[in-house]
Amino acid sequence: MKKEITVKINGEKRKIEVRPTEILLDVLRDTLGLKSPKCGCGRGDCGTCAVLLNGKSVKSCLVLAIEVDKQEVTTLEGLMNDGLLEVQEKMLEGNSFQCGFCAPGFVVMSHELLEENPKPTKEEIKEALSGNLCRCTGYTPILEAVEKTCGCKE
Amino acid sequence: MSDLKYVGKSVIRQDGLEKVTGAALYTDDLDFGPNLLYAAIVESPHANAEIVKINIKKAQEHEDVVKVITGDEFPYRFGLYMHDRYIFAQKRVRFVGEQVAAVIARTPAAALKGAQLVEVKYKVLKPILCVQDALGSDENFQIEKNNMIHPELSEYKHVPWFFPKENTNIAHFRKIRKGNIDDAFKKADYVFEDEYSVPRYAHCAIENHVAVGLFDYSKRLTLWTASQSPHTQRHLFAEALAPLGLTHKDIRVITPFVGGGFGGKAGVSMEILAAALATKVQGYPVKILWNRNQEFINTYQRQGVTAKIKVGVTKNGEITALEQLLYWDAGAYVEYGANVVNAAGLSATGPYRIPNLKIDSVCVYTNLPPGGPYRGFGYSEFLFGLESHFNEVAKKLNIDPVEFRLLNAIKEGDELSYGAKMNPNGLIEAIEKVKKEIQWGKEEKSEDPKTKVGKGFSLFWKAPAMPPNASSTCFLKFNEDASINLLISGMEIGQGYFTVMGQVAAEILQVPPSKIRCLSPDTDRNPYEWQTVASHITWSCGNAVARAAEDARDQIFEVVHRALGKNIVDLYLEDEEVKSKADSDFHLPLRDFVINGIGLKDGTFRGGPIVGRGMFMPEFSSALSDSETGQGGKPNVHYTVGAAACIVKVDIDTGKVQVPKMVLAVDAGKALNPDLVNGQITGGLLQGLATVLYEDMRFDKNGKLLNSNFTDYKIPTTMDIPDEIVPIIIENAQPDGPFGARGVGEHTMIPVAPMIGNAIEDAVGVRIKHMPITAEKICTALLAKKSK
Repeated sequence: MKKEITVKINGEKRKIEVRPTEILLDVLRDTLGLKSPKCGCGRGDCGTCAVLLNGKSVKSCLVLAIEVDKQEVTTLEGLMNDGLLEVQEKMLEGNSFQCGFCAPGFVVMSHELLEENPKPTKEEIKEALSGNLCRCTGYTPILEAVEKTCGCKE
Repeated sequence: MSDLKYVGKSVIRQDGLEKVTGAALYTDDLDFGPNLLYAAIVESPHANAEIVKINIKKAQEHEDVVKVITGDEFPYRFGLYMHDRYIFAQKRVRFVGEQVAAVIARTPAAALKGAQLVEVKYKVLKPILCVQDALGSDENFQIEKNNMIHPELSEYKHVPWFFPKENTNIAHFRKIRKGNIDDAFKKADYVFEDEYSVPRYAHCAIENHVAVGLFDYSKRLTLWTASQSPHTQRHLFAEALAPLGLTHKDIRVITPFVGGGFGGKAGVSMEILAAALATKVQGYPVKILWNRNQEFINTYQRQGVTAKIKVGVTKNGEITALEQLLYWDAGAYVEYGANVVNAAGLSATGPYRIPNLKIDSVCVYTNLPPGGPYRGFGYSEFLFGLESHFNEVAKKLNIDPVEFRLLNAIKEGDELSYGAKMNPNGLIEAIEKVKKEIQWGKEEKSEDPKTKVGKGFSLFWKAPAMPPNASSTCFLKFNEDASINLLISGMEIGQGYFTVMGQVAAEILQVPPSKIRCLSPDTDRNPYEWQTVASHITWSCGNAVARAAEDARDQIFEVVHRALGKNIVDLYLEDEEVKSKADSDFHLPLRDFVINGIGLKDGTFRGGPIVGRGMFMPEFSSALSDSETGQGGKPNVHYTVGAAACIVKVDIDTGKVQVPKMVLAVDAGKALNPDLVNGQITGGLLQGLATVLYEDMRFDKNGKLLNSNFTDYKIPTTMDIPDEIVPIIIENAQPDGPFGARGVGEHTMIPVAPMIGNAIEDAVGVRIKHMPITAEKICTALLAKKSK
């Protein structure tokens, strides 16, 4: 039943065997041991499982692993090859997270936003992060870290 | 205390780097190897039914199924304050979603399939889904035995401060009687009565509950859980599984980072299943991971409440009498939730000085999911009614609602509802500062004629609700480089507990917080902590850490004295060194001796590894009081108080509410880390805002929850936040707190619902008495008002 697929995971070409019904999130976590994407709802509501598929964010709980054959998947682990991203530095300095469970998803989404739009407005930041749920912080310190990264706020 | 170096500073979180990099591991991130088994639960589809027969044959025969377990194998009850919850349903189910059996399998899919193949035959009974039905029509609430949700109620073990009523659905009846209420109502210039209600809510931590149990071949039971309560879990597992011969020494609970708690991961709920099931598959770890639907239903829910409020006042606005009758929809099991009811009953006056009181706080069983602890622990619920009602009272007396609050606000030394005295607090200061920040009294006008602007105000208070002997402990150990590990057993659930514990130790030992790491609890290694609940950890465990640090400091001075002859009274710590007031040239780095001791000229050494120990228990607290009046005892250690206000904009056509500004002032005693206190304010305000504007649980007529997901139960996103939040920290030291600190974690969501309700009333002149205050309710009320 299993089928071999070839995926570029965090810059490294990997051949892995997946069942046709397997969810990308489960394969990332259980087969590949990449634990930063997490499951908060399993139906695309919370964004905690966000990863980049060919550079564009997807909710990995809504993607079948077999769909990513011959494509490129990047998780938070793959974004730190040159150390912390600037937005991570600002999140660290600003004590942006509390429980931290949602943090990987927010970092991935913030990174995608800033790559596409280095000078977003506050509304654009809110919009870009609106698919990610955080129950602890009230979002304000997360948004402020992104604003500081793009120089929109001191 | 102005010369503090680390306490009171907004240092970066100890766990910050782990969290922004995704390195932080939560329970479901741990690997348990190829032997890991998965359990799925067979859930009751009925709210009230007898279990006639369970057929497990088909499930057992399914591929990859290892074992099927039913209640026959675990006929045991458990609970924190009252033993009324079952590991598996016994003969009867009491809510939709209750665990009836479990299927353990090699894969999650096989476990799920197996669970579908378990056949359960039920005799369906009429469910009791509201408090009125559960209480019945008798004035003493007596009901027929077959209408009792727990016919064995009188046999249940419970804490001595609970008062269940026989032959009723009342698990606990908390009464407060003070002064002469009848006389006071007679003498009052005015008496105002009303009724308010608050529905059930879900915690919605983003991490779902998960537990892994391993009963190894040496008969040790280890649990890895996403929990706020490792030691309490060990204790409850030991109590529940005692018939299997397990005691505390046989059980170990390990708790990694927790992805949000808010009370939902306190005590023991689904984790009991992992503990029990593990004993049936010796040698294999078995995992139970709740999905979001189960997370909503089978952990704890915030209980609903109906409040009947009657207030007596003088024409000058002085409150002379209060009757608060609180009827709580506590659900099918109240082992934890009954204490929410108790806590609310003790404090249902709000932060007001009221001489004559009658309070009934009644814990009522229903066939809805178990109620339990939720950030605020009953205070958000009763304060919605009280603070809404006081606003109405002030309006009727033609007194400014803030002046009304200032007139009646409780002060240090005032008598509390149960007879003890109020602690030092900055309530008046909080009111004044919030009033100023929100520009109270200044009318805000909207340029859009379809939008009305209003302002709302609310006070808040809360005491830790805990047993009188809830304690905290700390072991503090130095490493060679004078870095420090704190072994403590509170949970870092996001609030910043590790960070502030580090700051407390840092201040006393003059070692920077960046060199201090706390270790997540493992009950085999870290010393005892009751639970991470009640906003008591900063205060209670902070005291334990301070004492451990002082103990370590004493050992350091003693060895320096013994090895080098320095006078202990002259010694002090600075910049990771021991220094002496008597000898300005003397400075001995801690790293030179805290592990290996101080070398003498003869080649011998003095000292050795420095290990501090600290403990704290509030020895002045007592939960014993008169059952009929609630007088006597000192059930609450202290209250944290504050005030909050907001501006709202209401669209009069759609009823949609926007919140341009929120302000909250809290008396933290001493903010050990102001940034983290501000984080609690920002987060708590939004969580509170969600309960009043967006969230509520909807059940169908059979007791099934209809909105157990984030599509239908809407928690706020980045698009729903207020434009501006102003946190204000007030510091009136808590005399017995570490550096004067007291807890603030729960408090910040407590005033939100009434202050929004008050602001909406101010804007459009309609009073919504039943939460949530939806656009639909506002619109309907506006239409009704117009048609009058």
